[in-house]
Amino acid sequence: MFRSGAIWAVAALAVVGSVSAAYAGPTLDAVKKADVLKCGVNTGLGGFSIADSTGKWTGLDADVCRAIAAVALGDANKVKFVPLSAQQRFTALQNGEIDVLSRNSTWTLQRDTKLGLNFTNVTFYDGQGFMVPKKLNVKSAKELNGATICVQTGTTTELNLADYFRANSMQFKPVVIEQQQEVLGAFFAGRCDVYTTDRSGLASTLKNDAPNGGADYMVLPEIISKEPLGPAVRQGDEQWTDIVKYSVYALIQAEESGITQANVEDLAKTSKDPAVQGLLGTPNAEGKTSGNGEALGVDEAWAVRAIKAAGNYSEIYDRNIKPLGLERGINALWSQGGLMYSPPLR
Amino acid sequence: MLPLTTGYFAGYQPMQVLFGLFAAAALTGAILIKDRNLKGMLWEALAVSLILMLGTYLAHNTIVNLANRKIATGFDFLDREARFEISESLIPYSAASTYGRAMLVGFLNTLKVSILGIILATILGVGIGILSLTRNWLVRQLAGGYVHFLRNIPVLLHIFLWYTAITNLLPPLRQALSPVPGIYLSQRGFFYPVPEPATGWTAALYGLIAGVVLAVAATRVARLRQDRTGEILPTGLVAILLVIGVPLIAWLVGGAPTAFSVPALKGFNFEGGTSISPEFFAVFGALSVYTSAYIAENTRAGILAVSRGQIEAGRTLGLSEGVILRQIILPQALRVILPPTTNQYLNLTKNSSLSVAVGYPDLVSISNTTLNQTGQAVECISIIMLVYLATSLATSALMNWYNRSIKVVER
Ligand SMILES: N[C@@H](CCC(=O)N[C@@H](CS)C(=O)NCC(=O)O)C(=O)O
Repeated sequence: MFRSGAIWAVAALAVVGSVSAAYAGPTLDAVKKADVLKCGVNTGLGGFSIADSTGKWTGLDADVCRAIAAVALGDANKVKFVPLSAQQRFTALQNGEIDVLSRNSTWTLQRDTKLGLNFTNVTFYDGQGFMVPKKLNVKSAKELNGATICVQTGTTTELNLADYFRANSMQFKPVVIEQQQEVLGAFFAGRCDVYTTDRSGLASTLKNDAPNGGADYMVLPEIISKEPLGPAVRQGDEQWTDIVKYSVYALIQAEESGITQANVEDLAKTSKDPAVQGLLGTPNAEGKTSGNGEALGVDEAWAVRAIKAAGNYSEIYDRNIKPLGLERGINALWSQGGLMYSPPLR
Repeated sequence: MLPLTTGYFAGYQPMQVLFGLFAAAALTGAILIKDRNLKGMLWEALAVSLILMLGTYLAHNTIVNLANRKIATGFDFLDREARFEISESLIPYSAASTYGRAMLVGFLNTLKVSILGIILATILGVGIGILSLTRNWLVRQLAGGYVHFLRNIPVLLHIFLWYTAITNLLPPLRQALSPVPGIYLSQRGFFYPVPEPATGWTAALYGLIAGVVLAVAATRVARLRQDRTGEILPTGLVAILLVIGVPLIAWLVGGAPTAFSVPALKGFNFEGGTSISPEFFAVFGALSVYTSAYIAENTRAGILAVSRGQIEAGRTLGLSEGVILRQIILPQALRVILPPTTNQYLNLTKNSSLSVAVGYPDLVSISNTTLNQTGQAVECISIIMLVYLATSLATSALMNWYNRSIKVVER
């Protein structure tokens, strides 16, 4: 009995060792070969990524996937959306199940380093908040000492929560559940006093998931953390990192330059502004182009397709995030007092 | 970890060569040597060397791959601050503790729900198994129905059902049911009083242990005496008196403390006393009831395996049905029941890894959180596997020992 046990132990160790995976080669080639972009998204968070009854994905994160596919494959519809829970998302990216993760994920030092990932941009500046039933009669997070708090596992939320209560010398009881639906189920059933996540997540939950259209719940004023959300890729493929990064910056720059989904194709033909010509890859009077596309390893019309896919940043924002009741705030362009800023695309 | 700069030859290649030589030697030996026993052992040695060779190859591959993708490796993270809270723990823990300690908390929670689950599953299972063989038609049908109904629902669904029932059917905190003052039942859990720490209670606890030991000893002595003289002593009564009486006397001598810490509503929750969380209760209830259905079947099969002649012999001797069940049927049935029931104990322990579905912080749940915060998947999964392997081996060893101790002894 013991001897066979020992043999099994050795075999089990060998299995652990076999978590080797395919060599992470140039992602662009792999994406082109598959002729589809595998994009990791949320399982369902209105405004960011959610599938409707016909299976069509909408939301800011989903539109970012489309822009990247448009740049890499020439077609915004060649996206395979892969819904992932908070817990699954980074492993899926690490082992090559997806090419890019666009799923309200916070950029943190350790994720950027130890997890072997690269965050490319910030597509939404967020912060963590608290939601409570109105009948609890709580006006501030500072009154939450002793509360029971529902939270989803595998999130920065779980850590900020513990930090905040420690910093304010308060106690709390966490109820930590893996699937979003179960977390919300427990909270709305009354198992917890408080539900906590990013403010965008709270806004979306209030509008889309709360009973009674959210009339019985409220979000507390405190914002307890910085949550810069944006796409991430695997480390070690610089070209792919650049493609994702500049696909997103093109959308921000387009807003600043007044380029929209509707006028981008016209402007690409008619604009005489060298900056716009440079971004859209339009040949100048001498028939020369900026060479941005060549630098990224794609063709020169890449930015036209990115903007054509889902519109510029403000169009994407207004279509998806505004309906949640979230104003632009710090997500406005830098020139309008916000933090959205694209480096020069030259 | 291992130096990777020298590539493939660093660390692993020599080990593979070594295991390769072992394998070759074992193979030659196994072919040449005539001695049956030695031959057998050499074949085994060959298998083990080949597995080790494969294992080191895969381990090397994994480490190189992880390094290529700049993913952190090694077990240093176990000593870093965890920075997350855990809702229930058997040992002191806070967000300032390490990941290693967090995992220990998870492991103890796994043990807690598994051991208590095994106890309840055994009591329920044996009870239902016996009922399914009674002469009463209705009781037999009910017991059979219990088994069939429970076995045919997946265990994860059992857990969800219990959790949903607790959080949705029980009243909210402020309208908690209170059948007896000081005891509260709500969707936040079950709250009950506990004694305030005092010497009298500590004495009573030691008294209880002493009482149990004395009761076991007294039963043994009475049994030996019965073997010799045939005289039947009232062992049951004596045992109960000892188990209750000794701690009672210790408590009285210790000053008869009566102070209790009673739960009372304060702020968001009950304070004082202690509580059982809905998450624990859902996992505990679901696992023990689900597993009891299988144990009931094992019990039924075990009892049916005892030949009818034995029972009839007992009746002829004029023994009561209870004595026949306890002294003739169960001891013999136990030998048939035990091996498959050991399997069920292992299953229950392994099924407790579904706890994360409802947020009970077991080993897998805590390891998942750790994995997600540190990104060290290979390390966390290996820890989970090794811990479950060790727990399962320990359970089987214990059950095998018990199984041997109840073997038929020829007189
Ligand atoms: N930004 C945080 C939290 C992101 C997160 O996963 N939020 C939850 C709560 S809003 C969510 O999106 N869950 C949906 C799901 O698991 O599909 C992080 O990156 O850790």
